[in-house]
Amino acid sequence: MPTNGAPTKITQGSRTKGGIGESTLRPDGTLKVTGEFAYSSDMWHEDMLWGQILRSTVAHAEIVSIDTSEALATAGVYAVMTYDDLPTDVRNYGLEIRDTPVLAHGKVRHHGEPVAIVAADHPETARRAAAKIKVDYRELPVITDEASATAPDAILVHEGRDDPHAGHVPHPNIVHRQPIFRGDAAEAAKRADFVVKGEYTFGMQDQAFLGPESGLAVPDEDGGVHLYIATQWLHSDLRQIAPVLGLPESKVRMTLSGVGGAFGGREDLSMQIHACLLALRTGKPVKIVYNRFESFFGHVHRHPAKLSYEHGATKDGKLTHVKCRIVLDGGAYASASPAVVGNASSLSIGPYAVDDVDIEAVALYTNNPPCGAMRGFGAVQACFAYEAQMDKLADAVGMDRVEFRQLNAMEQGTVMPTGQRVDSPAPVAELLRRVKAMPLPPERQWESSEGADVRQLPGGLSNTTHGEGVVRGVGYAVGIKNVGFSEGFDDYSTARVRMEVVGGEPVATVHTAMAEVGQGGVTVHAQIARTELGVAQVTIHPADTRVGSAGSTSASRQTYVTGGAVKNSCELVREKVLQIGRRKFGSYHPAWADAELLLEGGKVVTDGGEVLADLVDVLEDETVEIEAEWRHRPTEAFDLRTGQGFGHVQYSFAAHRAVVEVDTELGLVKVIELACAQDVGKALNPQSVVGQIQGGTVQGLGVAVMEEIVVDPRTAKVRNPSFTDYLIPTILDTPTIPVDVLELADDHAPYGLRGIGEAPTLSSTPAVLAAIRSATGLELDRTPVRPEHLTGTA
Amino acid sequence: MDFLRPASWGEALAAKAEHPTAVPIAGGTDVMVEINFDHRRPEYLLDLNRIGDLEEWEVGADSVRLGASVPYTRIMENLRGELPGLALASHTVASPQIRNRGGVGGNLGTASPAGDAHPALLAAGAEVEVESARRGTRLIPIDAFFTGVKRNALAADELIRAVHIKKADGPQQFSKVGTRNAMVIAVCAFGLALHPETRTVRTGIGSAAPTPVRAKAAEEFLNAALEEGGFWDNGKIITPSVAQRFADLCSAACNPIDDVRGTASYRRHAVGIMARRTLTWTWESYRGTAAHVEGVA
Amino acid sequence: MRVNFTVNGRPQEADDVWEGESLLYVLRERMGLPGSKNACEQGECGSCTVRLDGVPVCSCLVAAGQVEGREVVTVEGLADYAKQRAEGGCATGACGTSLQDAQPGVPSGEAWGRAAKGQDSQTGEGTELSAIQQAFIDAGAVQCGFCTPGLLVAADEMLERNPSPSDADIREALSGNLCRCTGYEKIMDAVRLAAARQGEAV
Repeated sequence: MPTNGAPTKITQGSRTKGGIGESTLRPDGTLKVTGEFAYSSDMWHEDMLWGQILRSTVAHAEIVSIDTSEALATAGVYAVMTYDDLPTDVRNYGLEIRDTPVLAHGKVRHHGEPVAIVAADHPETARRAAAKIKVDYRELPVITDEASATAPDAILVHEGRDDPHAGHVPHPNIVHRQPIFRGDAAEAAKRADFVVKGEYTFGMQDQAFLGPESGLAVPDEDGGVHLYIATQWLHSDLRQIAPVLGLPESKVRMTLSGVGGAFGGREDLSMQIHACLLALRTGKPVKIVYNRFESFFGHVHRHPAKLSYEHGATKDGKLTHVKCRIVLDGGAYASASPAVVGNASSLSIGPYAVDDVDIEAVALYTNNPPCGAMRGFGAVQACFAYEAQMDKLADAVGMDRVEFRQLNAMEQGTVMPTGQRVDSPAPVAELLRRVKAMPLPPERQWESSEGADVRQLPGGLSNTTHGEGVVRGVGYAVGIKNVGFSEGFDDYSTARVRMEVVGGEPVATVHTAMAEVGQGGVTVHAQIARTELGVAQVTIHPADTRVGSAGSTSASRQTYVTGGAVKNSCELVREKVLQIGRRKFGSYHPAWADAELLLEGGKVVTDGGEVLADLVDVLEDETVEIEAEWRHRPTEAFDLRTGQGFGHVQYSFAAHRAVVEVDTELGLVKVIELACAQDVGKALNPQSVVGQIQGGTVQGLGVAVMEEIVVDPRTAKVRNPSFTDYLIPTILDTPTIPVDVLELADDHAPYGLRGIGEAPTLSSTPAVLAAIRSATGLELDRTPVRPEHLTGTA
Repeated sequence: MDFLRPASWGEALAAKAEHPTAVPIAGGTDVMVEINFDHRRPEYLLDLNRIGDLEEWEVGADSVRLGASVPYTRIMENLRGELPGLALASHTVASPQIRNRGGVGGNLGTASPAGDAHPALLAAGAEVEVESARRGTRLIPIDAFFTGVKRNALAADELIRAVHIKKADGPQQFSKVGTRNAMVIAVCAFGLALHPETRTVRTGIGSAAPTPVRAKAAEEFLNAALEEGGFWDNGKIITPSVAQRFADLCSAACNPIDDVRGTASYRRHAVGIMARRTLTWTWESYRGTAAHVEGVA
Repeated sequence: MRVNFTVNGRPQEADDVWEGESLLYVLRERMGLPGSKNACEQGECGSCTVRLDGVPVCSCLVAAGQVEGREVVTVEGLADYAKQRAEGGCATGACGTSLQDAQPGVPSGEAWGRAAKGQDSQTGEGTELSAIQQAFIDAGAVQCGFCTPGLLVAADEMLERNPSPSDADIREALSGNLCRCTGYEKIMDAVRLAAARQGEAV
């Protein structure tokens, strides 16, 4: 009984304790603090084997030959498999475009591509055996940027493309292209009193979730396989895995194990198919656990980008037009590139009202590491560039940077470059006002009566300054992110909700396939069930594929869509429970027939608060169970020539103010404070909301000052695949993060909520960059900014 | 792979003599990374954890004999007075967990140009006590210890037993640049020690040449300038031009490379800044006017 | 090779250990104690932090053979360790503990089943926790939780040494533990909370 499209009624729900709006605690908290929570890498099975993947040592090459004989002959080795051993004709997988070989076929297209797999009785045996596989490569020139990808004689990364984008791209090495035209940017430019241009570079960021890719595949007696896995979307994995194994989806059983963070990096498959293949081949359970080095090759990264912008404004500070071109490097396989192009183009001008725009975004196929989903995908790269432009233009006009933004801020009713009218609150100016109104941290906090505390200075414990060269800077930024899967995607979730009496108490059980990756969806589902069903006890069933799809834990969509599905199924269960109540007790009280009834505190009550019956008496030994799909209102694809279309179901906004101290002589940065104001629509769990905002903020900080996967442009090989050289912020790099949460309901969404996970990752990066610019007076057109960029020694 | 567990120093030397390819492991903070990441498969691992006296130190009249496995944490906590430069350097090593395990012996054994202890040892003046079963003990001056990128003067049958470090007779400082405020490998590092007794200054530069090096021309220039101006006696503020010249000569002593952690040009630049700052700090301290710095060592 | 050592107060013996194995591997794959986490295996994240003879170390960088005869406390034994400390008992981990067997095995959804039981008993009724563990739950310092075990061991040890740390002290003590989810703010809150509660209790 799917509900489709209609605006959702915002109900207060019941006042049952532990319902929505309260900061209830995580149900998995105790297991996680005692070490008992079972992550995918913790799985263990009697008689289990260890899988190992052999990866390409070069980025682009033909495979002349593979010799596995020595590996196979190694004691303790149970199986070695290459492309030739794949069981069916389906030998590729992919999120949207099935262009990724399960094991390399004749060619490798990026450094670290899987070539062969081994199963052995100890991980060291498997590693040694994999090292004995001889692969003869004939190296090919590498394609690493737009020029080499679109050169007339460029080697095609993928020959014979037949995917949905192949027909409209200007070159086969372009995955997808999305132009957006609205108004007449060339004509509007003539009205501009000030025009600023900029070329920006965004580095390749890694999700760097702490729990490496891992899982356990156990062969089933019926010839199928059971996979315990950390992923973001069980059913998407299933759809890609089953055909490669030659099994019906019903014979590939998937259970979500503990997930050690995701951030987009588990949207694509990693070791799933490999573990299943080895388990089916050997008839034994097979566990695969990447180490950190392999993890850097085992998942897609955030697209690095080159962004060219032109902004114009009149002398009274109104934006006249924006022209931009965004080139995203998708690397060797498509992954989420098409969606990233859609976001980057449609959100390319930011949360501002501009009638005349000329926009183009493309994603390339190259031999660089494949790039795909990461928190804020597409919108993050654009925000870094347009916010730098907004500062430049405010300076050119001679206005305060925040006031200039507020003057041009979009609001409810603004028409996006895509022609979509924004039909829910868009408090962009208000968020800026709030973040600016927060008190500034005191100057020279590192100074104490006893001297300088280096822990609070740039360089930290490394003792590089006692205050010398340190200059403070403040910067602002604001961003816009779409929520949910866009562009006409059928974005739905399924929830199965059961209500019954257990041990004399009414208990609700919520079963979804939602991937809990740390975001707290399981906490929120229980809150929703309490609110809608008035029970104290809620059991969250393990996520698996025995229930319908819950979509992906990405795009800030889970609380909205799977939360919406849980709410919807709860409402349907409630209706059935009330029917039972009416049947049993309807004759005793007229309110059963004519009042608005709620379930609250284990009872059926009227909206006036009168108790009609105990749920225990209504249900007795009956069980009510509903499984239903729920959809948000539909979106539509962007027109391929004009980019027009109702592409996004909801938008999410956050603003940041960064306060930094820069050692201007050494180019070292300490972020002192990173304040955030965000509209969340409705905070279902305020503590979790703040946690999401702070976490997203720090990922933005990381890519501002330290995080970048460095790829050698001559070889397309990754130079820093380790936590020694790919640095993410420590607790000494992280500032205080005051958060101001605004709750303006979106009438279209369950409880008025807004997806929140990604927006804070957008604006923190440009805010930090703006603060560094203000401290140093430098232009800084790339991120991350490194010491050499701040000292003229790059 | 074999795991050798000598219970005494004598057994360790015998094992190393018998198996010259054996890789000594103490804190494990270098060796285990290489094993975990499949970069190294030594035939033998030689565990030094069971040799208790490697974790002890003795403070003598002129120097400290620091056991090879004394963890950095202990150096920070116990030897700030005698070895202030090394204590500061110890505090910049990786993380608290690593500082609890790692020691100077391992740093010297690995001999990475980025080893945090090296600039402090070069600046303070030190000798490395090494021993083999066959030839006994010898002391290698720290200036002669580093022979190439991750190469040192140890013979295949020798083990590092201790380091003899000159006790500070004046202020010492250590600075290290990394692109993170904690848990970071040096992009470059600089150690400086004033030796009022001999009226000399010594330096150490890390991660800016194939080996840790001293900036000898800079030291000679500064020694002469201090002598000439009577600075050791009059305690005057070092003139900015002298400090800058010293900094420039320290930069010139670098022979860095571009790598994923930083550019050669940045390394030269940063070494100059650190040289000037640490000279200012130590000299202020020598003059008795320095502000106390909290959170250091 | 064979390795004998004490884990959470209980003597343990591991057989057929490959000489290149780390303490972390032995704990996770041979002792059935997967609480210590394998996030980087190069000493750069702190997720595998355990106490070795009382000292916090990265168990990924301790060779299995090096723990022969020594005492290890992992997150699984943290609550008992803290309890004994509070009772003035042995603080080095040498005392016996009543750690329940936590052999992982295939969970068949067990993990969530257990997680979900008594949803409303959010503070972990029935499981005795140390002050720092409880504070992590209460302050919202746990998201994905992969960094949590290492942070708990490190934070507990810091509070043992320094019961009323400044913010800068907390940051320094935890600078060897990476977290990718929380941005560390709620971890700071949790440590402050645990310190405050311990202060009240004294």
